[in-house]
Amino acid sequence: MDISEIQTIEHDVLVIGAGGAGIRAAIECARQGLNTGIISKSLLGKAHTVMAEGGVAAALGNVDKRDNWKVHFRDTMRGGKFLNQWRMAELHARQAPDRVRELEEWGAVFDRTKDGLISQRNFGGHRYPRLAHVGDRTGLEMIRTLQDFCVHQGIATHMECTALDLLLDGAPPLARLAEGGRVAGLVAYWRETGRFVIFKAKAVIFATGGGGKAWRITSNSWEYTGDGLGMAYRSGAELIDLEFTQFHPTGMVWPPSVRGTLVTEGVRGDGGVLLNNRKERFMFKYIPKKFAAETADTEEEANLWLEGKEGARRPPDLLTRDEVARAIKKEVEEGRGSPHGGVFLDIASKRSPEFIKKKLPSMYHQFKELAELDITKEPMEVGPTMHYFMGGIRVNSDTQETSVPGLFACGECAGGMHGANRLGGNSLSDLLVFGRLSGEGAGKYIKKLQGTPKLDAGQVNAIIRRATDILNRESGTNPFLVQEDLQDVMQKYVGIIRTADELKKGLEELKRLYQDAGKVKAHASPQYNPGWNAAIDLPNLLTTAEAVTRAALTREESRGGHTRGDFYFESEEWLQHNVVIRKGKDGNMEVAKVKRDAPPEELRKIAYASLEELEGVKVG
Amino acid sequence: MAERHFKIWRGDKKGGGFVDYKVESEPGMVVLDAVHRVQARQSTDLAVRWNCKAGKCGSCSVEINGKPRLSCMTRLNQFPEGQTITVQPLKTFPVIKDLVTDVSWNYAQNKKIAPFKPGKKGTDGNYRMQQRDIDRVQEFRKCIECYLCQDVCHVLRDQGKKDKFVGPRFMIRLASLEMHPLDTEDRVPKIKEEYGSGLCNITKCCTDVCPEHIHITDNGIIPLKERVVDRYYDPILWLVRKLFRKSNIEDGKNRRGGR
Repeated sequence: MDISEIQTIEHDVLVIGAGGAGIRAAIECARQGLNTGIISKSLLGKAHTVMAEGGVAAALGNVDKRDNWKVHFRDTMRGGKFLNQWRMAELHARQAPDRVRELEEWGAVFDRTKDGLISQRNFGGHRYPRLAHVGDRTGLEMIRTLQDFCVHQGIATHMECTALDLLLDGAPPLARLAEGGRVAGLVAYWRETGRFVIFKAKAVIFATGGGGKAWRITSNSWEYTGDGLGMAYRSGAELIDLEFTQFHPTGMVWPPSVRGTLVTEGVRGDGGVLLNNRKERFMFKYIPKKFAAETADTEEEANLWLEGKEGARRPPDLLTRDEVARAIKKEVEEGRGSPHGGVFLDIASKRSPEFIKKKLPSMYHQFKELAELDITKEPMEVGPTMHYFMGGIRVNSDTQETSVPGLFACGECAGGMHGANRLGGNSLSDLLVFGRLSGEGAGKYIKKLQGTPKLDAGQVNAIIRRATDILNRESGTNPFLVQEDLQDVMQKYVGIIRTADELKKGLEELKRLYQDAGKVKAHASPQYNPGWNAAIDLPNLLTTAEAVTRAALTREESRGGHTRGDFYFESEEWLQHNVVIRKGKDGNMEVAKVKRDAPPEELRKIAYASLEELEGVKVG
Repeated sequence: MAERHFKIWRGDKKGGGFVDYKVESEPGMVVLDAVHRVQARQSTDLAVRWNCKAGKCGSCSVEINGKPRLSCMTRLNQFPEGQTITVQPLKTFPVIKDLVTDVSWNYAQNKKIAPFKPGKKGTDGNYRMQQRDIDRVQEFRKCIECYLCQDVCHVLRDQGKKDKFVGPRFMIRLASLEMHPLDTEDRVPKIKEEYGSGLCNITKCCTDVCPEHIHITDNGIIPLKERVVDRYYDPILWLVRKLFRKSNIEDGKNRRGGR
């Protein structure tokens, strides 16, 4: 095909994904005077950010003056089991407050304190009330604010446009072949027409989210197919920390059609407690040593904390998500679960109906409509659900550039910020902080760029052929059934607790699934054809699933969102290493155990400091 | 498990019609589940928009048995057993394919609205607002842009006046800006002239279909209409204007928060 016949759109920077990270990145690019475009698989304002409920973490210190960036940084490192990229966690904690205030300047209307400042709520793993919020619809507030601001910045928004693959000026830098090509653009297609489009761009920013759709029980929508991870991998970029997958402890478990749908941690932040079928607050049994000093060990103390009593320690229901998810799994396995295989989450007996409806309106609504259950009267049934990827594309901590020149990544699709486990509320702040930094990074890259990167017709044609083959095949398998098959495999073999045997079985199954995915057939025309769209996403989902499985098999310890039943301990050795994945010379996936740099002394001191040392220190 | 009967509209801008499908139902199932089941098992090219499947993103709006609804929040057991459930695209917007419509007109309306323009920060670098002063704005900001209100609005749906009225969704957006305690922009002239506040005749159909239960008419559109009336039709102000020929009398703006 002569590529001059294909629609071509030119931008300085092209952002892939219009969630919070993507829009924030685009805003930063536009502010630098760059010709900026965003493409998104869905309509603007519908991305996963809209589903974030609890709040955005930032040490504003509005509710508790003792909070500051150092305590936030310390909480983040501890929550991430010290595997976070130190510099990223530092930048995040330092810059989050400004990013939140900036949103207010752009029109966000956060809930207020009595003094009229932005209110902040408690959340798992955060020492102080730290989450700026709007009831339980914080994500909606954020994405709408960003969206409404962005449309006046001269940014081109290309909606319902799906990225297929990057175009490089030069060959992809495969493992052990140091020099590779630089970004020249990207091929995509319009969902409405099924037509292809070439975007010429000097830099591309991926803000594509995670790959939770590879699991059966997930809070993620159809979009979360690891597109950025797949495309980055094929272009020679490195992936990091993919073994760390967050199972949110509280997803809905009943009815079956909503299994996995998120129940915000805000329920527990606002006083909700977890109970087993004996009505025991079982979380008291699961307090790990390292959090014991800061966690209430009696119900009396937990109740005092809820009343806001100074000195009372926080209840164990608010331990980090990995701890709570494992505890729930154990309770269910040992026969103390709820009728539909979860546990109970009770806020009805702790708070008044008025309070619940005011602070958790969408949870009230969600259970009322979908489960015919009134959460102001009865406890909810909840269980773990695949929610978030801590790992992702490996980036430079300051610029967000990947190992492919001109390719940047931010938000969930980038790895490193959250280490082994993400604290609730840190994703919304992550996407603001690193969205902005990636825009800055892309701007600096373009300034230094010499010459215009050249498009290669051969690459364009190969990308388009892969997509059209799915339609042109005489016959083939149903893409939705292959996806369901994959989801069952990952749910079964790469779950909350993993073992070498199961992971290896998972890899065998994935081998079979690669074969199946190569034979899928989409019927009818390419115009708004979900079967074709799902088939195109399958290779990304499979690459993501394989990367997670291989990384999980490699890390022989348990840490945060990665628990190995056969290595049920944290190892000092593994604390010094990351698992890095890239495409090998032979086309196979290569997994490397990469030594981490020693942390800067100043940051190490803060992360391991006692709270007394950090409280009240001047923010510097 | 019971089998349920569906009629789903299939087609594109050239035309189409209802096609019959049978779906095995299970407890708690919503209409979107049934559509997905058809898609995965019977017709992989059946087009439908969706994302969160929890009533938070407003993507899956369709008309179910003639009523505009979110398909992810409409349980099958709301309909008597044996009743056929019809699912069709929003009527007010042009069909792209099957249940998917072209809603880009809405994005164009949003772009026309002057953005938020905050006043100065306090001396400590913070904005201060009292919760009671933002409660109403927060009600408007619950909007998930499902466009069900746009779909049901007579001015847009039956009278086809998309060039004269921005519709309930954007009246609510305007209300959220005009009643924002920090905003300093004046949008009243455009609310009257360009956005067409006068065209709404308060039948409240938009309020009835809002899945977020926003009081679109009572709390949003009527107060905006009143601001227009205060500005342009207040007889005393009219006289003052006549006498002093002042075209830009600063009123209304200082009365935000109250009616």
